[in-house]
Amino acid sequence: MRLTPKAATLLVLALLVALTPFFFPSGYYYRVGALLFVNGIAVTGIVILTGYAGQISLGHAGFSGIGAYACALAPTHLGLHPALAIVLGAALSAVLAYLVGRPILRLKGYYLGVATLGFGILVSMVLNNERDLTNGPDGIDVPDLGLRALLETWGLDLTNGQFWYFFCGLSLILGAWLALNLYDSPTGRALRALHGSEVAARTVGVDVARLKLQAFVISAVYASVAGSLLALQNKFITPDVAGFMHSIEMVTMAVLGGVGSVLGAILGAGILTLLPQVLTVFAEYEQMVLGLVMVLVMIFLREGLLPSIFKAIRGKGE
Amino acid sequence: MSELLQFLFSGLTVGAVYALVALGFTIIYNASDVVNFAQGEFVMLGGMITWFAHAQGLPLPLAALIAIAVTALLGVAMNKLMIEPARGAPVVSLIIITIGASIFIQGGTQLIFGKEIHSFPAFSGDEPLRIGGATILPQSLWVIAGALVVYVALWLFFTRTLLGRAVLATANNRLAAQLVGINTSFVMTLSFALSAAIGALGGMLAAPITLTAYNVGIGFALKGFAGAMLGGMGSPKGALTGGFLIGLIEALTAGYVSSQYKDAAAFVVILLVLFFMPQGLFGRKSTDRV
Amino acid sequence: MQKTLTTTALGLLAVLGLSGAATADIVLGASVSATGPAAFLGDPEAKTLEMMVEALNAKGGINGEQVKLVLYDDGGDPNKARTFATRLVEDDEAVAIIGGSTTGTSMSILDVTEDAEVPFISLAGAIDIIDPVKPYTFKTPHTDRMACQKIFEDMQKRGFTKIGMISGTDGFGASMQAQCKAVAGDHGIEIVADETYDPKDADMTAQLTKIKNAEGVQAVLNPGFGQGPSIVTRNFRQLAIDLPLYQSHGVASDGFIELAGADAAEGVRLPGTALLVADLLPEGDPQKPVVTAYKTEFEAKTGTSVGTFGGYAHDAFLILTDAITRAGSAEPAAIRDAIEQTKGLAGTTGIYTFSPEDHLGLDLSAFRMLEIKGGTWTLVE
Repeated sequence: MRLTPKAATLLVLALLVALTPFFFPSGYYYRVGALLFVNGIAVTGIVILTGYAGQISLGHAGFSGIGAYACALAPTHLGLHPALAIVLGAALSAVLAYLVGRPILRLKGYYLGVATLGFGILVSMVLNNERDLTNGPDGIDVPDLGLRALLETWGLDLTNGQFWYFFCGLSLILGAWLALNLYDSPTGRALRALHGSEVAARTVGVDVARLKLQAFVISAVYASVAGSLLALQNKFITPDVAGFMHSIEMVTMAVLGGVGSVLGAILGAGILTLLPQVLTVFAEYEQMVLGLVMVLVMIFLREGLLPSIFKAIRGKGE
Repeated sequence: MSELLQFLFSGLTVGAVYALVALGFTIIYNASDVVNFAQGEFVMLGGMITWFAHAQGLPLPLAALIAIAVTALLGVAMNKLMIEPARGAPVVSLIIITIGASIFIQGGTQLIFGKEIHSFPAFSGDEPLRIGGATILPQSLWVIAGALVVYVALWLFFTRTLLGRAVLATANNRLAAQLVGINTSFVMTLSFALSAAIGALGGMLAAPITLTAYNVGIGFALKGFAGAMLGGMGSPKGALTGGFLIGLIEALTAGYVSSQYKDAAAFVVILLVLFFMPQGLFGRKSTDRV
Repeated sequence: MQKTLTTTALGLLAVLGLSGAATADIVLGASVSATGPAAFLGDPEAKTLEMMVEALNAKGGINGEQVKLVLYDDGGDPNKARTFATRLVEDDEAVAIIGGSTTGTSMSILDVTEDAEVPFISLAGAIDIIDPVKPYTFKTPHTDRMACQKIFEDMQKRGFTKIGMISGTDGFGASMQAQCKAVAGDHGIEIVADETYDPKDADMTAQLTKIKNAEGVQAVLNPGFGQGPSIVTRNFRQLAIDLPLYQSHGVASDGFIELAGADAAEGVRLPGTALLVADLLPEGDPQKPVVTAYKTEFEAKTGTSVGTFGGYAHDAFLILTDAITRAGSAEPAAIRDAIEQTKGLAGTTGIYTFSPEDHLGLDLSAFRMLEIKGGTWTLVE
């Protein structure tokens, strides 16, 4: 029996989440794993936007910022449970993505890049400047999700690190499953047609503007949920989450691993999450190595790491 | 009145720096369709190397020349080692390559020159000129003049010289340019050298006002990019106008509305302009650049 | 290609696994912002810590045990800071942690250290870090609010009641802006112009022109760090604004006078620490020996001038080693108790006396009002 790409991806992710903890020498590795999964969720959104629909965003961290601050503010100001705040953040991000996306998705290439960049900068500026609401650049406390305590009453006693590792891991698997289903759906096929050639897609009757907008809105929701999970996990958030560098990081992760597939993008997220942890040994050279890795992968493994690895394996098999 | 004049002076000073960065973007974009996010690092290197050479006891003009030459060489190296091997890669990959280059250059600079902020003396002293109740530093005039001179030189280059037209031809259609005998590889190298030199010139002129450090590049790159897009990518006229416009919008917003949201104003204007003119103010409409 | 990839991946895993192994007797952890937007704070802090550990071990360590410092650069990113704090606690098994150059990174670290019951000494300004008091969290810098109070006291003495403020929008500037606005009223001071600038801005004449034209403004205050305050000071002179200019402790270093230029900086006042005026301190000042020693050592080692921020790290390390020595043990709980009993310990920032209710240990007397005259620091009064 041959596995479909969808089943294979989900199986790899499930094994990764379930088995790697057996090799963790200390609790710190749960933290790194949880971060990897959160970044994985964000880049899955980028796969839908860039990999499926072929659109660029240099401002997606703005949506992460909205998701994160929804979890910080909604419980205290609206009395919402933090879990519902995730939903509220995602809804807000979707609405905003819809409103912003309509005009700017008419732009192409670098023009779309600068427009999304501008959007991201505006969000981070609001988070920085509206001190009365957000407490400004110093950051703000985020309430506890409360789920770990609930699990404890059911007899499932996890450390904080373990809880977030598994919670984010399961969220990632869910997110990947949804993205893969979208890929196989009629919308997904239309999106890929759009990526191939916008003109061709239009001539065969695809509503290009609506599709792009859909991809943009969905990817915004992914970024927002990732921001929420980060905020809840850290129990503290600063406007950095919406910063320009964070937007770039998201795109880089996805493209590095292979923006065409969910698993590839998650691999990219894994590398860029682990790299800074590994490079602490050469702290002085960290920036140079990071820059060099970005350049080299993009030059020599154009489609990203994972597709290139597959190609190499297949090449050998023949 | 003197208040408005002061805001305008402030906007022109900052705008001239943005315009110089934007002009650098334009040249590389014209030759290769690449938006070079490392352009800001050229600006930073111009300031840092001039400071370093000057601190070693070299006279300022010589230090400046060295900075421009070294940065131009780095530009060439970047083209040969990073951009040429990636020819044909999609826009996202090119963005990541140039951002990677930018992070790499920052890391290297920090290792060689350290993390301190530096400055060197202004070329014509620090005594401000008083005009109509407002003041402007002589160094600001140097930067503004620098932006204008570079613009005129580029305009002459692109319209009056064979080489300049070769660059434009390469931009429009690389294959056709090759067919009519243009050495497109040389055109690329030249563009990177020119662009890096212009960036370094800007950084060198601005450093006595803005001060310089290993991490100032990214800020310049963002604003310069915004300026270039506002004006219309690939058009020197657009780059000059866009750069100055962003500087002026920032200063006027800071002066009359809110200094907290002056950067926001610049980006709102860009979004509005792109909404009505998707190719920027002076961008070419005919070619599809995806 | 594929083979190289596999080798690289294995290499990465090896490094990741090995980095956890610690063999020294006492492991101290630190996470500071040695790069990124807060590098002005974190870079001297990192250099200071490395220098002090080396010197301590050369002298035989603490209680006969060698000290190993595990130092991470969080780049000013609170998310990274939390990860490094987890790593220090869980993997490196540090007995105490210094760090958090910014308020954001400190708040991230303290959640981890409080959970793990490991003492943490923050190097950031906000009062929220130690108020309310958390059992395992301490800090060495005076609070932003104290800096504002010190400045306003001086303004009051000079009879100013209406001032203009121009603050950086970075964490440091924004936090101090908020604190100063909160306490201005207590000193009978009204803020008649409130402007900001981005830390990357190149020209602040527009904002300063607005302040200059504000009704009845008598003095100007500029909270911020990095190149911003130097540019503000230069623009201030360019516009020939004939008002007293106050800077914050964010620029308390010789580098500021150099960058702003001695002419432009003439007459600028700011609340600084004893560190900047080491040679002006009277003989017998309890801080004199410690500031002189630190200044000489740091400047010889790094070739750059000392500043307030490196001083914070110096004091944090001093408090820790003092506490471990007195406790005679490197158990986190014992260290915590000993820190809380610190009394009259002279650091570069001030003289520290902690208690269960006070995890800052400094009062306003730690600040000294300084004025720049003839290109050098002088004591006001």
